[in-house]
Amino acid sequence: MNTKRDLFFKHIPASRERRLCFRIRKGRESVSILVQSIINGLNQGAIYALIALGYTMVYGILRMINFAHGDFIMVGAYTLFYTAPLMVSYGMPAWLAVILAIAVCTLVGVLVERIAYKPVRNSGSMSALITALAMSLFLENLAMVLFGGNPKTVVKIFDLPMIELFGAKIQLKYLLTLGIGLAIMIGLTIFIRVTKLGKAMRAVPQDREAATIVGINVDRIITVTFAIGSALAAVAALMYCSTYPRCTTDMGSMMGIKAFIAAVLGGIGIIPGAMLGGLIVGLIEILVKVYIAPGWYEAITYGILIVVLLVKPSGILGKNVGEKV
Amino acid sequence: MSEKKTPVLKASHLGIQFGGLKAVDDFNMEIGESELIGLIGPNGAGKTTVFNLLTGVYQPTEGAYYLCGEKMNGKKTHQVVDAGIARTFQNIRLFKKLSVLENVKVAMNKDMKYSLVSAIFRTGSYWKEEAETDEKALELLRIVHLEDKAGYIAENLPYGEQRRLEIARALATGMKLLLLDEPAAGMNPTETAELLDIINNIRNKFGISVLLIEHDMSLVMKICERIQVIDYGVTIASGTPEEIANNPKVIEAYLGKDDDQEEMLC
Amino acid sequence: MPKKIKTNYIINVVGLLVLFFALYAAFETKVFGSRTNYFMGIATTACYTIIVVTSLNLLVGVMGEFSLGHAGFMSVGAYASAVLTNAIADKGIPTFILFLLAILTGGIAAAITGVLVGIPTLKLRGDYLAIVTVAFAEIIRVAFTNFEITGGGRTMSGIAKLSNFYWVFWVMVICVTIMYMFIRSRFGRTVKAIREDYIAASASGVNVTFYKVLTFTVSAFFAGIGGAIYAHYMTAMIPTSFNFMYSAEFLTEVIIGGTGSMTGSVIGAAFLSALPEMMRAFARYRMLGYSIVLVLVMIFKPGGIFGTWEFSLSRILGKLTGKGRKEASSK
Repeated sequence: MNTKRDLFFKHIPASRERRLCFRIRKGRESVSILVQSIINGLNQGAIYALIALGYTMVYGILRMINFAHGDFIMVGAYTLFYTAPLMVSYGMPAWLAVILAIAVCTLVGVLVERIAYKPVRNSGSMSALITALAMSLFLENLAMVLFGGNPKTVVKIFDLPMIELFGAKIQLKYLLTLGIGLAIMIGLTIFIRVTKLGKAMRAVPQDREAATIVGINVDRIITVTFAIGSALAAVAALMYCSTYPRCTTDMGSMMGIKAFIAAVLGGIGIIPGAMLGGLIVGLIEILVKVYIAPGWYEAITYGILIVVLLVKPSGILGKNVGEKV
Repeated sequence: MSEKKTPVLKASHLGIQFGGLKAVDDFNMEIGESELIGLIGPNGAGKTTVFNLLTGVYQPTEGAYYLCGEKMNGKKTHQVVDAGIARTFQNIRLFKKLSVLENVKVAMNKDMKYSLVSAIFRTGSYWKEEAETDEKALELLRIVHLEDKAGYIAENLPYGEQRRLEIARALATGMKLLLLDEPAAGMNPTETAELLDIINNIRNKFGISVLLIEHDMSLVMKICERIQVIDYGVTIASGTPEEIANNPKVIEAYLGKDDDQEEMLC
Repeated sequence: MPKKIKTNYIINVVGLLVLFFALYAAFETKVFGSRTNYFMGIATTACYTIIVVTSLNLLVGVMGEFSLGHAGFMSVGAYASAVLTNAIADKGIPTFILFLLAILTGGIAAAITGVLVGIPTLKLRGDYLAIVTVAFAEIIRVAFTNFEITGGGRTMSGIAKLSNFYWVFWVMVICVTIMYMFIRSRFGRTVKAIREDYIAASASGVNVTFYKVLTFTVSAFFAGIGGAIYAHYMTAMIPTSFNFMYSAEFLTEVIIGGTGSMTGSVIGAAFLSALPEMMRAFARYRMLGYSIVLVLVMIFKPGGIFGTWEFSLSRILGKLTGKGRKEASSK
């Protein structure tokens, strides 16, 4: 390598050589930074997308913003914190702890729905919204009481090597996150379109009463929706912890809002919309952080959301429906 | 339509398309001063869409309509109301949690003048104008026989009275043309008779024109001077009640026809 | 002005004076001993919270839309007024005038933001509007974090301590009264009609967008005043305090008090802003308890504790003197 370069630069004066070298290195670096940023953005986006899927499914069926959904991730993350070392000590891979996290999150999600949301289901959107906010507060403060306020460091989840792509060092686990996100989205889309349960889930938001009349157990459908959404939150927690191995009691709420925004951006209630929205939000965040203005990345994400809502309130993939007079 | 004055409402070649579907096509209509016209047609024929076009809820994709010669295309609903077209709704739309009196007063708001400052400091103009509006609103409630229920919450009124309150609220806008969307729907014969009385009273008292959508054929035949029939968004007949009653196309539209004739109507 | 209403006004003013002098006497004679200042602080906090919560109730209760970004408007008021007073604090302006200037600046800055946010967004309704208000509040927060003049992400400190309880009390009374008058006028009536059915409202000649933006602006104005008081009470602040959870707290206070009830907002805000302070000993559990209470209220009394009921001093006096029934029936 060195000898080749020496040959190449033989006839060039030293000062120019340095400059050229710098420019080439700079060029290579900028490509590698771009590739790295895009992969980072997609990784971040896939996490948002997994969370957004949970929001979108619940909103699609109940027309309710489940603010506590973000906190399900926190529940998942703490479960991983406590169970992943156990897995390791029994000689199993750490990521298997996700099974326990899924179980805990599903339980929490279903309990929250049964105990808090079901009683207010028919008392208006305002009550539902406040109840969801209250549940979010409850989970966060319960975690505070149980686990204390100090951040916890989760053990290494995936032991995957870095690979090199266009000169950029890429964490293989980032690609894994993206792959899992896509797989889950495709799986869910097929589930909703093909299976009987999935069809019932699509029928409920159209007309809850009519759904009951044709023999759909609406309560059960709602419970299943919450179970699936919460299970996805556990998977998202795994992805999150493999990227940022830290859990705090308030990690869910801010991430939740961004994921919800992702869901709205893509078209709330639409499963591919959540995926698309999540990836867009993730990419924007990382690219703005790296290239435009590090301090403003959140503002730009929110700005884009506002513009999309004003131009097309139903989101990128949504259908516009006006109120009938 | 003997005298050739500017008609109160003139719609010429009015039409609207939703996607590829022509919900209303080539709709023409002239309503003279204090005329009462009926607009009938089977379910889904596009009657309410005509109302939505005439009140600025939808913007027509073709044609134009004029109120007393003034072109109304492109105006928003509240501007159309300002100009003088008021309506009621097929599925009652009252301000449910407001009192009966307040329901009427909301429609008079556009003619009230006192400012925000005067509202906050409760100046003389506030008290004076509120009192005047109360009085006018009560008068309108008297016309629809609701004056003794002014303090009730609107949603607590029985169905027939809610329909009458909607008419009073429409009257409060001080319109020239009143659009009534199935005012007798769901009413029993006594209530319908009372409604007929009220509509006649209004016309005598205010000299306004009325366009009426109604399914109750006996009511339409009884009070309308002219009737226009639409089906699939297209006018299929118009004329006096007798002419309409004997028009074969109308009978077909309502009672169905042989299969081979289906093409003809569309 | 009708005579009965005139007497009502007098009764209410007298009632407020009694309340004020009771508090004044309590604080001045140091009834609470060394904790007097502490209680005065709580009372001041309660006052500006009342202003912000009541202003939010204009949106939630009267207009029927919920904002989850009210802390954003509050922060605009807080920072605008703080920047102003920092610039002119040492110009020898009497502190009372400075205080008035501060709250007016805060209110006006927030109102301008309200117009700018309201015009494009108020065609949205329900959840979508709520999300857009969150987005705007976050953008405002990020902006204050980045501007050098607002501390550039660090704490903005050294703001003049202008908000004392006695002034803030009367500012609160005036703000709440103005909002009450707004609701009980043709403006409030029209906005309520829009809440009930915006299609019917526009078919009754109401310019829906105008009245929505107007209400939004009025609401932002008072949130801004609340923010100005906050800034000059705390004397130091950081943009992250005006985050989503702070907005959510205001909204829960409105809902728990009762949407559409000014009384509910006032009592809800006063109680809920004082409660966490008083329960500091149980700090770990107080938010837990708060969230449980919130869920219970929503399940068993979805309309809030006070529903749409309004407190009326003259009605109570009337009842005490035995003429209550007549008055109630004539209302």
